Amino acid sequence: MALPAYATLPQRLWHYTYLAICAIVLFFLVMPLIAVIPLSFSKSPFLHFTPELLALDPDAFSLRWYRIMMGDCSDPGITTVCSDRWKDGAWNSLRIGLAATILATTLGILCALGLSRPHMPFRKGIMALMISPLIVPLIITASGLFFAFAKWQLVSTFTGMILAHTVLGLPFVVITVTATLVGFDTNLMKAAASLGGTPVRSFFKVQLPLITPGVISGALFAFITSFDEVVIVLFIGGQNQITLPRQMWSGIRQEISPTILSVATILVILSILLLTTVELLRRRTERLRGVSPG
Amino acid sequence: MATVENTASGPLLTADGTPLKVSLGRSLRRSKLRGILLVLPALLFLIIIFVVPIFNLLSRSVDDTLVNSALPRTFVAFESWDRQSLPEEAMFEAIFLDITTGDKYTVGKATTRMNYEKPGWRSLIKKSGRKFKKKIKGPPYRDAMIKIDKRWGDVTFWQTLGAMKDPQTLGYFLNAVDRQYDANKHVVMKEKERRVYVMLWWRTLLLSLIVTVGCLAMAYPVAHLLATLPLRYSNLLMICVLMPFWTSLLVRIVAWMVMLQNNGVVNSTLVWSGILDDENRLPMMYNFTGTVIVMIQILLPFMILPIYSVMKTIPPSYMRAAQNLGAPPSLAFLKVYLPQTLPGVGAGVILVFIVAIGYYITPELVGGKDGQLIGNMIAYHMQKSLNWGLAAAMGTLLLAAILLLYWVYDRIVGIDNMRMN
Repeated sequence: MALPAYATLPQRLWHYTYLAICAIVLFFLVMPLIAVIPLSFSKSPFLHFTPELLALDPDAFSLRWYRIMMGDCSDPGITTVCSDRWKDGAWNSLRIGLAATILATTLGILCALGLSRPHMPFRKGIMALMISPLIVPLIITASGLFFAFAKWQLVSTFTGMILAHTVLGLPFVVITVTATLVGFDTNLMKAAASLGGTPVRSFFKVQLPLITPGVISGALFAFITSFDEVVIVLFIGGQNQITLPRQMWSGIRQEISPTILSVATILVILSILLLTTVELLRRRTERLRGVSPG
Repeated sequence: MATVENTASGPLLTADGTPLKVSLGRSLRRSKLRGILLVLPALLFLIIIFVVPIFNLLSRSVDDTLVNSALPRTFVAFESWDRQSLPEEAMFEAIFLDITTGDKYTVGKATTRMNYEKPGWRSLIKKSGRKFKKKIKGPPYRDAMIKIDKRWGDVTFWQTLGAMKDPQTLGYFLNAVDRQYDANKHVVMKEKERRVYVMLWWRTLLLSLIVTVGCLAMAYPVAHLLATLPLRYSNLLMICVLMPFWTSLLVRIVAWMVMLQNNGVVNSTLVWSGILDDENRLPMMYNFTGTVIVMIQILLPFMILPIYSVMKTIPPSYMRAAQNLGAPPSLAFLKVYLPQTLPGVGAGVILVFIVAIGYYITPELVGGKDGQLIGNMIAYHMQKSLNWGLAAAMGTLLLAAILLLYWVYDRIVGIDNMRMN
C-alpha cells in the first residue's frame, strides 16, 4: 500500500486523506470500549472524566466499583444498590450459556454431518431453515416463544431459557461446522471403515479431532450469543433467570453507576481473550489444511 | 446403462448377484436416509421450538374469534339487521343474554378487543353488566337497556360489530398502517391524531437507510485498507474491527453513553478545545442522532467483513493494468475495482439493513422519544398494552419485509457463502 516514488502531489494528498479516514473509522470502532476502562477505576460515582482523573491523581482511582460488583458492600461511601446480583447474573448466564451451547453443538454437528453428505436431499431448504433464527428479528422470536412457552409452562424456567438460547446458537454451529467439513477429506472415513471402524467409532477417532477447530469456534459463537442475549430474557425469563445482560439492562434503565463500567471492562477483556482464541483456532485450521496464514 | 444391460452376458451384477443398478439405487437411498436421520434431531428441534411458535404468533394477527365466542347470540341476530337504523328488540335480547349469562372472563377479554374498534365499548358493557341483573327482570329489553345507558341507543356502537363479525380479520393489519374499517367495512384512514404507525414505519426505514449508508461509507475505505496492507499490519487492524464485534451489545451501549452524554467524552472534548460553548453542549444521547451513531458502530463490522472478504480476492495487478492502459486512478477505480467489489457491498448492505430494521435493544436504551422504531412498538404492544393481535400484525409485516430481503441476499450471495470468520 506504500505510495510509489513517482506519485504526484494530488495522489499523495489523496493517499494521506484516505489513511486519515481509515484511522478515524477504526478509532470510532474502538474508542468507546477503551474509554470505559479508565472510568471503571474512578473513585467518583459519576460517569464522566473528572479533572482529578485526567490529572492522573492517584487519589482519584480506586477499585471500589469492582468490590461492589463482587458483592462486597463494606465500602462506607457507596450510595448505589449493592448486592450479589452481578455475581448471580454471571452465574445464571454461565449456566444457561453452557447448557445451551452443549445442546446446540450436539444438534448442530449432527445436522452439519447430514448436510455435508453428497446425496443429501432438500439440502438448500434445510440450510435456509437452519439459518433462519439469525434472520428473524429477536423481538419476533421472543414474542413467538413467549406465547408458546406460556402454553407449555416454560416461561420463567431455566429449561425455557436454555431451549430458546439453543435455537439462537444452532445456526452458528451448523454454519461453521459445515464450512469446516468442506475441507474434510472423506477418504479418511473410508480408510477408517476399511480398517474395521464402526461409523460412530471412526467419527470420534478420525473425523471429530480433525474438525475440532470448526466445532469449537461454532460453540464459541453459540455461547457468546447466549451470553450476550437480552431480548429473550426480557420476554420469557423470570426473577430466577436474571442473566448478566438482563442485569445490565436494568442497570442502564434504572440507576447507572460505575459498577456497570467495571462489569463492562471485564466483558471487554473477556471478548479480547475470546477473539484471540478464535483467531488461533482459525490459523490452526489453515495450517492443517496446508494453507499458510502468511 | 441400457446398452450394458442388453449385452449377451445380461445385466451387470454385483458380487452377491443383484443387478448393479438395483444395488446402487439401494445404497443411494440408504445414504440419503442416513443424511436425513442425522439432520432430523436439529430439524425437529427447530420446528418445534422456533417455526411453530413463529407461525402461531403470525396467526394471531388475523385471529378474531374472541368476540364471536363471547357474543354468539348477538351475531346470529346481527345477520337480520339492516345496519342503518337502531336494531330491533331481538338483537337487544341477544346481547343482554350474552352479557348476563356468558363467561365473565371471556366477555371481559372480548370487550378489550371491542374497545379497539370503538372506544367506549368496554366501559359500556362493564357498567351494563352490573346493572342489568339488578334492574332488568325480563323482556322487553330495548328501552330498559337504553335507560340504563343511552349509548345502547347509539347506532354507531352497533355498527362496529360488523367489523368483528368474521372469525378472521384484517383489522390489526389495517391498524398497523393507521387504517380502519368504517361501518360499511370500507377501509378508511384513522383520525389524524390517532395516526402513529405509518410515521413509525417511515422512521424505521429512514433510520435503517441512514445506518446502512453510513456503514457503507465508513466500511469501504477500511475494508480496502485491510485487504491491501501486508498481513502483519492488517491482522493488527483486524483486531480493531473484531473486538467490538465480540464485545457484548450492552457493553457497547454503556460505552456510548459514556461518550455521548451531556458531559460525556465527546462533548467535553469539544468544549475543552473551544469548538463549543459550555452551555451549547450537543444533545447526542436519547434521541435519533444517538441511535444512528450507536447503531452504525454496532453494525459496522457486519459491513466491513463481507466487503473485505471480496476485496481480498481482487488481484492488485488489475488496477495496475488499468493504469498502465492509460486510465487515471479515479477512472481505474470506477471502471475496474468498484464493479468487482459489488457482490461484497451488496451482501454487507442487505445484512446491515436486515439487522437494523428489526432492531429493538439499542433504540429502547438510547433512542429516547424520537428514536423509537417498529421493534419497540411490537415490544410495547406485547408487554404493556397487551394488544397482541396488533403486535403480531406488525411483526408479520416486518418479517415479510425481512424475508424478501433475505431472498434477495440469497440471490446475490447465496446463504451457503455465509461465513463467520
